Amino acid sequence: MTAPAARPMPSLPRGLHFSATGRYWLLIMPALAMMVVFYLYPISRVLWMSVTEPQPGIDNFALLATSASIQRMLMTTARISIITTLITLVLAYVVSYVLVHSSERVQRWMFLGVLVPLWISVLVRAFAWFVLLRREGLINNTLISTGLIDTPLSLIWNETGVMIGMVHYMLPFGILPIYANMRDIDQRCIAAARGLGATRGVAFRKVFLPLSTPGVVGAGILVFIFSLGFFVTPAILGGGKTLMIAEYIKVQILEIVRWGVGTMLAATLLIVIGGLLAVLSRIVDLRKLFGAG
Amino acid sequence: MTSSGFGSTSLMTRSMAWAIICFLVLPISIVFAVSVTDRPYLSLPRDGVSLQYYGNLVTSQAWLSSILHSLIIAVASTAIAAVAGTLCAIGCWRLSNRASNIIRLVMLMPIMVPTIVYALGIYQFWIDLRLIDTYTGVIIAHAVTGIPYVVITVSTALAGFDPRLEQAALNLGASMAQTLRLVIIPNILPGVISGVIFAFIHSWDELVIVLFIAGRGVFTLPRRMWDGINEHLDPTMAAVAAVLVLITLGLLFIDIAIRARRAR
Repeated sequence: MTAPAARPMPSLPRGLHFSATGRYWLLIMPALAMMVVFYLYPISRVLWMSVTEPQPGIDNFALLATSASIQRMLMTTARISIITTLITLVLAYVVSYVLVHSSERVQRWMFLGVLVPLWISVLVRAFAWFVLLRREGLINNTLISTGLIDTPLSLIWNETGVMIGMVHYMLPFGILPIYANMRDIDQRCIAAARGLGATRGVAFRKVFLPLSTPGVVGAGILVFIFSLGFFVTPAILGGGKTLMIAEYIKVQILEIVRWGVGTMLAATLLIVIGGLLAVLSRIVDLRKLFGAG
Repeated sequence: MTSSGFGSTSLMTRSMAWAIICFLVLPISIVFAVSVTDRPYLSLPRDGVSLQYYGNLVTSQAWLSSILHSLIIAVASTAIAAVAGTLCAIGCWRLSNRASNIIRLVMLMPIMVPTIVYALGIYQFWIDLRLIDTYTGVIIAHAVTGIPYVVITVSTALAGFDPRLEQAALNLGASMAQTLRLVIIPNILPGVISGVIFAFIHSWDELVIVLFIAGRGVFTLPRRMWDGINEHLDPTMAAVAAVLVLITLGLLFIDIAIRARRAR
């Protein structure tokens, strides 16, 4: 094998020798091979099965247009994901805004408050909300014993419960991209606007808000994508009554063993998310958003 | 004027931000209170605190065996993900061309694609390969989905590493393996360790894949927690949750300490 003279390679050949580029490909190979065989291939089988099971054709996808229960479930999924995303964005914006304008010490504590939940097991978080929200849970018991209400509020096994748990899970994923974007905003722009006579409110609306939009859009699509396919929290706090797509797919495969419908919904989810990511990649650098510079 | 431009935020905005942080942190602390209850059901302690549910936890064969299963799987899959992910990140970093950019995006797929989609695919594949309900099956699935976390953290660490150091080592006659072991890896070690922690937590906490590809033979901790929440709910669950929160906090502080040392 001859090395292309990209760079002088003074080292003596030892055993198998590769060109510089070839050697770096060798480093990439194990991960790439694993990803192709154990990730991309299984996923392509899901896509394939969605148009071949039980017989070839797009019958499964026709269900999207004809099945009332699937449509209802998709609407629930879309509604919960959209509302969760909007609430998450508003809350994340406030936290990020205060973060960029705080002293380093305050920032450290706030960040700890953002990162700790991010690291805690998703099951533990869903369980904690379960304990708080259920009928004879801590919130209802406290409200009843203080006499504020006399019948327990329905906070769980409905969309309210699912959304509370989901916003809680998604908030850190909303805060991090918005904060990263706000940190890069040149504060002199706002100072200049103020210097030219803009009030605080106007400077915020006309200068800061537009400059922070890319971060909000990135965070929004990220949170929305995570929400669409989210399983654990909706399953626990929805209690089988508020059914989102991930749980619906699980039921199709593991309980009623309808591979056609299950894989069709998985393929639909994949296509929707692929489309959103394609849009997103035109607005922000995906690798940056997901943290790989 | 006290505030030039946006140098300060109003008291109301700051209070709102802290309220949101409390919303993030406080619900988790509830598991500690419930875990020491003296009642036989999930509630706050009434007449006094009791450690009986921690006792249940450390003497329960079922919980202990699940912890062991999870530990074996997390250690093995993290080791695979750490090696493959680190090498891949280094390779992409040195190539830094169009192909390597695409590869790095492919490596992020397990984070972007909902786990439920992958779970169906790997379930089918493992049925064919007879890997359902085996350690090998779960370890491979967790390793593949753990790689992104390692690639991300190692790539970030490499961004701050001078490629000329590697070139110097190669020019001085070091082999590729020596350069990796003696020059690159030591310099990006904090990033690798962060990746290891993330990949470990990913496997340790993973439920959706396990629901599909594991059964009674490989019964991980998340699987048992899932059953606990859905079927036989007792305060032992809260004790488990409390222990997990403590372990996570421990890992988080290790990570912060490592980052702080790197920053210095």
